Amino acid sequence: MRLLALFDPLTRPLMLLLVTAVDRALTPIQRRVGIDKMGYFFVLPNLIIFGIFVLFPMLLNFYYAMTGGTKLFPADRPFIGLGNFGTLFDCGDFLSPNSCQEDLFWRGIFNTIQFVVFQVSGIVFFSLVTALVLNRKIVARGFFRSVFFYPVLLSPVVVALIWKWVLQHEGVLNAIVEVFGGESTRWLLDPNWALFWVVFVSVWALMGFYTLILLAGLQSIPPELYEASSIDGANTWQDFRFVTMPLLMPTMFVVLVLALIRAVQMFDQIYVLTGGGPGTRTQLMVQYIYTTGFSNQIQLFGLSAAASMVLGITLLVLTLLQLRLGNQSQLA
Amino acid sequence: MAAERMTLSQFLAKRRGRRRPDTSDLLTYLYLTVGTILMFGPVLWLVASSFKTQAGLVKYPPPLLPYQQVQVEVDGFDKALPLFEVTLEDGATKELAQIRRVGIEARMIDPANPEAGEITVNIRQRSPVEEVKLAWENYLDPLIELDNFDFFTYLKNSVIVTSVATVITLVINSMAAFALSKYQFKGRDAIFVLFISTLMIPITVILVPVFLVITSIGWKNNLWGVIIPGAATPTGIFLLRQYMLTIPDELLDAARIDGASEWHIYWRIILPLARPALAVLAIFSVMWRWNDFLWPLIVLSQNDYFTLQVGLNAFQGELQIQWHYVLAMTVVTLLPITLVFAFLQRFITTGIATTGLK
Repeated sequence: MRLLALFDPLTRPLMLLLVTAVDRALTPIQRRVGIDKMGYFFVLPNLIIFGIFVLFPMLLNFYYAMTGGTKLFPADRPFIGLGNFGTLFDCGDFLSPNSCQEDLFWRGIFNTIQFVVFQVSGIVFFSLVTALVLNRKIVARGFFRSVFFYPVLLSPVVVALIWKWVLQHEGVLNAIVEVFGGESTRWLLDPNWALFWVVFVSVWALMGFYTLILLAGLQSIPPELYEASSIDGANTWQDFRFVTMPLLMPTMFVVLVLALIRAVQMFDQIYVLTGGGPGTRTQLMVQYIYTTGFSNQIQLFGLSAAASMVLGITLLVLTLLQLRLGNQSQLA
Repeated sequence: MAAERMTLSQFLAKRRGRRRPDTSDLLTYLYLTVGTILMFGPVLWLVASSFKTQAGLVKYPPPLLPYQQVQVEVDGFDKALPLFEVTLEDGATKELAQIRRVGIEARMIDPANPEAGEITVNIRQRSPVEEVKLAWENYLDPLIELDNFDFFTYLKNSVIVTSVATVITLVINSMAAFALSKYQFKGRDAIFVLFISTLMIPITVILVPVFLVITSIGWKNNLWGVIIPGAATPTGIFLLRQYMLTIPDELLDAARIDGASEWHIYWRIILPLARPALAVLAIFSVMWRWNDFLWPLIVLSQNDYFTLQVGLNAFQGELQIQWHYVLAMTVVTLLPITLVFAFLQRFITTGIATTGLK
């Protein structure tokens, strides 16, 4: 912040000029419309960008999902009704992706479900344990909190590259494994290990964020409750079970839903780490949307939009679930 | 004085209840130690590896520190020669410089005594002499001479996107938050709900139509196409509005009586008072923009417009990964965020803890 002050002699006069100019232009308008209507002016820039780049695309997405062809401009695209959804859901047997016309879409869904289950439970478990540990009276708490939080700030590309380097065949992990008498493995080429590492790396990268939220939840529990329970002769486990857990439940719930919503949208880290491989083992829903619409030779925008609507509906359901259950847990 | 001095073990064992450390303390510190190694270890390993030469990187098992073979200047030779430790016929060892290698034999010379002439040695009898030396060329080469990885351009693009987008976000979000918290106008609540309802809708869900809008405007392969679509963040509006609600209306009324215009009030009263919330949003925005990947990947398809993240991904995706450059550039990419974190971590952690948003 102090560093920025160095630029003051340069930016101050410029800013002043700009601000005075805006002020001059606005004063007559304000005189005409009155004070409260100025609210429209202040909300306008944000509203315009929001309208063009969020609201309008949201509506347009429905239209895209109902058109075919490979042209980008809506006027050039033939209307095919629910054809894209028909293609996506054209399956001999919904439980085996191979029997589907768009087998990659279904593989994506199955992989996403698997990923979400493992990743979310991993995140909830480890961030809870970490938050409980960090909430104890420990030396250098600030330092340890930063340690667990630091990876949250790293970009998905950086995170993936860090681990790609650690996990490569001649990498440090294999060296460590061999020191302990194990066998070196091609971690990202074995289907099961690849899934494990994709989950592990995303838990590694994200758990600090949820730890922080849980820590805030833990610190809002009044200490008198623990004093009361110790008078009643409760041990550590009973403290946890009957004081901490019930009071932490609402926060846990927030963490669970946020983690779920994020996990369903997972893309960049995995894309850089495994590219969805080996084969299609770690290819998730968003990667299907991206490849179908943007990276394949034939760009099927309609199919991509239809798949993104399936994703959107999933997210909507999860959000509504959060609101619904969130209200309930507040009432309880 | 004696009371102020403490041994390390006393310090570590010091706790409020003045009880002795028990098993649960032991487990706590064990967890923290393992956690620290797991969280920091890979990053440190990346940094350490980024200083190794291309030859040093393929060594297995990998040495902890970046070693390089020692090179010596010998009289009568233009170039520096690599130094080896050689076991001689009589069992003695001597450090010799290699002139050239012919099949399984090496022509060596004694750097201390070049007049003694060349010595021929079997290559199995020599091992390289190494020293810890940082391979700065991994960092410097990409700045000048890699044709498929234009680091400076990517860095410039990333800096432009991050700074311009953050300024725009701060201005338009704060203006909107001001309007939504301090004015009574028709449709205000509807607009607020509209903004906030998109909090959980990521750009992933509307990739195709946003891409159409960008293409129609002519912003494909243009940094504006990356900057503008995400500028109206619902997170920022929410954060700033909640904060501005705590600013008393009387302050605004007093300013109005003094003849201040509404714009003046926004610029001179609201913005300075909302500085803590603005700081949090600024940090978030820098983080989002610097780390953004999927959207830039779609908008930017030409090398000249790549941001660091997209460029780095393209570079690591090549058939022959040039790890020595990839690692160094990854370190450069994570550096700004690490510095932001080191200096502003209090803002970040409290910001997240109070809003529950990232």
